[in-house]
Amino acid sequence: MADGGGPVIELTGIGKVYILGKLKVRALEEIDLTIEVGEMLAIMGPSGSGKSTLMNVIGCLDQATKGRYLLRGIDVSRLNDNRLAEVRNREIGFVFQSFNLLPRITAVENVELPLIYGGAMGSRRSRAARALEAVGLGQRIHHKPNELSGGERQRVAIARALVNDPAIILADEPTGNLDSRSGAEVMKIFRRLNEEDGITVVFVTHDPDTASCTRRLVRLRDGRLTSDEPVPEEERLQAWRAIETTGVLHQVVTDGTAR
Amino acid sequence: MVLLDSIRMALAALLGNKLRSALTMLGIIIGVGAVIALIGLGEGVQGLVTDQLQSIGSNLLYITPGSLSDMGTGGGSGGRASLTMSDVEALNNPFNAPHVGAVSPDINTFAEVSFGGNSKRVAVNGVWPNYPAVRNVTVAYGAFISQQDVSARSTVCVLGPNIARDLFGDEVPLGNRVRIGGVPYTVVGVLEGKGGSAFADVDSYVYVPLSTAQMRLLPLRGRSGELGVSTIYVQATTEAEIDLAIEEVKTVLRYQHRIGIGEDDDFTVINQADITAIFGNITGVLTTFLGAIAGISLIVGGIGIMNIMLVSVTERTREIGIRKAVGAKRSDIMTQFLVEAVFLSVVGGLAGIVLGWTVAVQAGNLIEGVTPKVTPETVLLATGVSAAVGVFFGIYPARRAASLNPIEALRYE
Repeated sequence: MADGGGPVIELTGIGKVYILGKLKVRALEEIDLTIEVGEMLAIMGPSGSGKSTLMNVIGCLDQATKGRYLLRGIDVSRLNDNRLAEVRNREIGFVFQSFNLLPRITAVENVELPLIYGGAMGSRRSRAARALEAVGLGQRIHHKPNELSGGERQRVAIARALVNDPAIILADEPTGNLDSRSGAEVMKIFRRLNEEDGITVVFVTHDPDTASCTRRLVRLRDGRLTSDEPVPEEERLQAWRAIETTGVLHQVVTDGTAR
Repeated sequence: MVLLDSIRMALAALLGNKLRSALTMLGIIIGVGAVIALIGLGEGVQGLVTDQLQSIGSNLLYITPGSLSDMGTGGGSGGRASLTMSDVEALNNPFNAPHVGAVSPDINTFAEVSFGGNSKRVAVNGVWPNYPAVRNVTVAYGAFISQQDVSARSTVCVLGPNIARDLFGDEVPLGNRVRIGGVPYTVVGVLEGKGGSAFADVDSYVYVPLSTAQMRLLPLRGRSGELGVSTIYVQATTEAEIDLAIEEVKTVLRYQHRIGIGEDDDFTVINQADITAIFGNITGVLTTFLGAIAGISLIVGGIGIMNIMLVSVTERTREIGIRKAVGAKRSDIMTQFLVEAVFLSVVGGLAGIVLGWTVAVQAGNLIEGVTPKVTPETVLLATGVSAAVGVFFGIYPARRAASLNPIEALRYE
């Protein structure tokens, strides 16, 4: 897991300029952001604010055109394609709004993918199965994505993000495509991973409810950081209470209809 | 990532689209099948030709009038013959030509041969009694032309099995009289069949004594009026001494024909090895040509694979994005798609080998005497070429897949 002490992520003066024909688009400007081990935070902003670009940079899918990015103390801002792929494989776990599972293969095979590309041998299948157990899908490891509900698919995606023990999980609108009950379950899994296993979780979202569940909220507008403050304890507890009741209410309703 | 994982992934992707994979393979199957079938048949034909030529006997020499360049114009129509009986005598003298064994002169012409109401125009050969030994033919029943027949210019004849059947049907020809060029000849023998030849219907030949043919059928004359012949067959004493025999024949004939130093021969000596080589060349060229045409269909098959792989890359853009997001390198994506293309072409190639083999064997059953040969080399070549086709036509789509930008690929709908 993460090295003791020191920030997981340290962005200094990060800028990203896209060149679209003759047009220069400044997607990110002068971003300074430090994320400590075990944090749970949300990056919020309206569409076009640059939050997706920021997520791509943090997730090493894209590289900044300016500034320095230390991931676990390693400067990844100048790595080549292959080294970036390795970093994504080992240090980053992605959870996407639209799940992004491979449709033709089973849940456990999907979870195995990062292990295959990481060159893990031998115990791959059992590690993948354990990751699925950790998100409560131990019984459904041989189901294909289209045989699973939305919430279950997202949990498979979380298991895939977890399986290589990454430094950080990047979740891009993880509840955006889910009904409230499944969304609540997914959020509870993130909380457990963060609180019990100490995994750093970063949400990228424009949903205030999701953002309120975290401890720290970073706001972005027009490619710049506009605020970076802790979520008030009161607000956070209220958000979680809402999530708990969603689950309970749902259970009551379904139990009621079942009888 | 190890190759085994790539193969497993490729297999899963191909099996997920069975009809498409099968149709893509079809191009290669047909291409390789054509290569195997055509080369197999070509080699079979070559084998047949070689076998027939070898049955002639490898120590046999043909001497024909004229140089190779004006072959076929020297004899035949009864004009001036450049090969004469005195040449035959000179070759038959062991002091002149110690390595020449049997010498057998021959008059070749065509004539109308008839019996009862049946009539046929066939090749008639005026020969010596030693003809069966030299030309490797056997008498089925009756006897061959004797020395007595030659000395007496008898009007007797020996029939090839086909002409005997054509003229007599189920009747026994021996003792009957057939008309050759209007003159009646007594049938004294019938030969055994030599089998269908690619060049001439030897089983329909009719044989008469040389002297009779010289008088009645083809009165060839040499320069000084002596009797001429169309062809002289010469056997070398042994197979090993065939080159010496050729030299002796040339020396004797040049002396006989008064050919000065530096002048060209007015005759041609051909041995069986030459003919085999010539036909080997012809069938070789034919096989190569057919192989090349089949090769083109293989290229077309390869283009089919490339086409489908490009479609597949576009369709699976999102999959590629996902794989890259979880840590696939360019080389991993590249390998995966390349393995898919090579798998298609190699499996197609193997199926094509089976198909081509079947076609060659079936075709061989239809054509008498041709045994198709599918050699391990051909199979290996076909497999190698189809794998190469897969790599060659798969590399571009695979590169395209590998160089996709993961962010754009993930956003692709």
